[in-house]
Amino acid sequence: MQWVNAIIQGVLTGGLYALFACGLSLMFGVMKVVNLAHGDLAIIGGYIAVGVIAVTHIPVLWSFVIVVPLMALLGYILQRTVLQAALDRSILTTLLVTFGLSVVIENGLLEFINADSHSLGAGNSIITSSFSIGSQITIAYLLLLIFVVAVVVLLGLQYFLSASKYGRLIRAVADDKEAAQLSGVDYRHEFGIAAAIAFGTVALAGIAYGMYSQFAPTTGTDTILLFAFAAVVIGGLGSLWGTLLGGVVLGVAQQIGAQINISDEVLAGYIVFLAVLVIRPQGLTARRGQS
Amino acid sequence: MSVVTETTARSEEKYRVTRSRRNVAWTGLGALAVVVVLALFPYIVYSGTTTIMVQAFIVLTLASMWNLLAGYAGLVSVGQQAFVGLGAYFVLILAIHGTSPFAALPVAAIVCGVAALPLWWLISRLRSGYFAIATWVLATTILLLIEKFPSIGGGTGMPLPGLSGFTPTLLDADTYWIGLAVTVVALAATYLLLRGRLGLVLTAIRDDEVAARSSGARVGLARMLVFVVAGIGCGAAGGVLAISQLQVQPNAVFSVQWTAEMAFAVIIGGLGTIEGPILGTIVYMVLQQTLASYNAWYLIILGLVAMFVALFARRGLWGLVDEHLHVRLFPVGYWLWVPDSDGRSRRSLRRGRHS
Repeated sequence: MQWVNAIIQGVLTGGLYALFACGLSLMFGVMKVVNLAHGDLAIIGGYIAVGVIAVTHIPVLWSFVIVVPLMALLGYILQRTVLQAALDRSILTTLLVTFGLSVVIENGLLEFINADSHSLGAGNSIITSSFSIGSQITIAYLLLLIFVVAVVVLLGLQYFLSASKYGRLIRAVADDKEAAQLSGVDYRHEFGIAAAIAFGTVALAGIAYGMYSQFAPTTGTDTILLFAFAAVVIGGLGSLWGTLLGGVVLGVAQQIGAQINISDEVLAGYIVFLAVLVIRPQGLTARRGQS
Repeated sequence: MSVVTETTARSEEKYRVTRSRRNVAWTGLGALAVVVVLALFPYIVYSGTTTIMVQAFIVLTLASMWNLLAGYAGLVSVGQQAFVGLGAYFVLILAIHGTSPFAALPVAAIVCGVAALPLWWLISRLRSGYFAIATWVLATTILLLIEKFPSIGGGTGMPLPGLSGFTPTLLDADTYWIGLAVTVVALAATYLLLRGRLGLVLTAIRDDEVAARSSGARVGLARMLVFVVAGIGCGAAGGVLAISQLQVQPNAVFSVQWTAEMAFAVIIGGLGTIEGPILGTIVYMVLQQTLASYNAWYLIILGLVAMFVALFARRGLWGLVDEHLHVRLFPVGYWLWVPDSDGRSRRSLRRGRHS
């Protein structure tokens, strides 16, 4: 029974990892930018939420109403300035610049805030309570909520990209930005919009992580970026539903690892990641040759 | 091109191709003199200075390796701390079994090179950005695996045995010399590598990967070789780190900060030049020593400067020097001398933007 519980917990944390991975996947899919500062930006989202809650006394669950637009704005500005400038030069430059950004943000947070852990909404009854199925299985409302949010975000993105007018423009610039430009689309603006959406999901990921666990300046890279990346690779590059599957596989692997030995949680996830790289480098969902 | 076509009609004997515009012997002698002076440092300066120099040697070795990876092979690795850590741990393991850490270091470096092969096989299927994060995941995975062995210190690390027979002065001096030796070997190896056939392939990849591939360059093989060489170099630097710290602490040797430092030094100094990492390391050490009392501020400033340089001065500080003076300490390209219009005196022709 405890194995069933481990799998259920793993599937639910998989939702959190899929939420981490969403923005990374979207920015790679549209701009071909691998944002190495992805995790640190999510942590910035978490810190902004801490600040917003302290100032406005808004309920934790509603903090996203303020944090998501703020991060989306930051995403648009960052894309139109630094990231676009890097893209105009080369893919290599985008890596150098986002890696620099990652180190600057992480150490900046250490200097300006401190190395202490923060968390969101400890003591809030919806966040800390749970319900039981039978005697062995306990499901936290929070994890269930995060999973639902992840599915809604993925569904929303899918619908937005495939059915809406703006989504069509974004797909056009992702396919061929020069051709889109010739048809009268300002690809720089569309890239900015895509980055804004990606940063919105990054903000959600930061808030969700802050409610799920404690975070510190280093959490951005050693947890969020690496887990997001593992989820993306396991699921298959460039597929939104693959990302959810990848997150779930990573979550289940970690929970099963934790069942075997509590200190092996993270390691078990990475071993499954490496196994996928060896056996099926194109990811679990991607078709042959797509990666 | 027009210069060449105009002059092909004239006597072909007047063309001359050399490695450098100036005589290489002088720079060679200069480099030798610098190494000799550096080797005498333990006799003439305080041990505090040599300790700082050892740190500079580690950063310079790492930077040269990262320059080969990112500057030439187009491989942005943010997981080179994997090899720093492995090098430190291989020295530790050999020292536990009774080898002197100094004798263990070259062995540890070679083992790191061997270990690079399976790691390369794992991650080489991923491209650019995903390759970068995959190296990071690998480094973290290796750290987590090593922490599972209590016999080599588990999660807390352990002091390096085999150094108790040294007096503090002698240990400082020996550490300094092995650091210097590792750096000199790393720089010499980089220079010889780039001068040879592989260097031609790497320079071609650096300038235009697609063109290199279509000209028949074996890009995959060249990249693998660079990854292995960088593994050896970073492993050796990790060994020097273990000896200079007198202990191996897992979170310290596997810290991503090593990659940040090597990357920033290379970007600021000049990506894709041998001289760049040297200049970058000097900038790095000056900033780090000046801001030593302000915690992580040196990393923030270095990061911001590196971002600025990557965007607005892509050839780094050395690029600026080269542009104005046409100097090359380590000539790996060629210099074409064409006859002037009078056909007598010679003038040199810059070859391309790079090399």
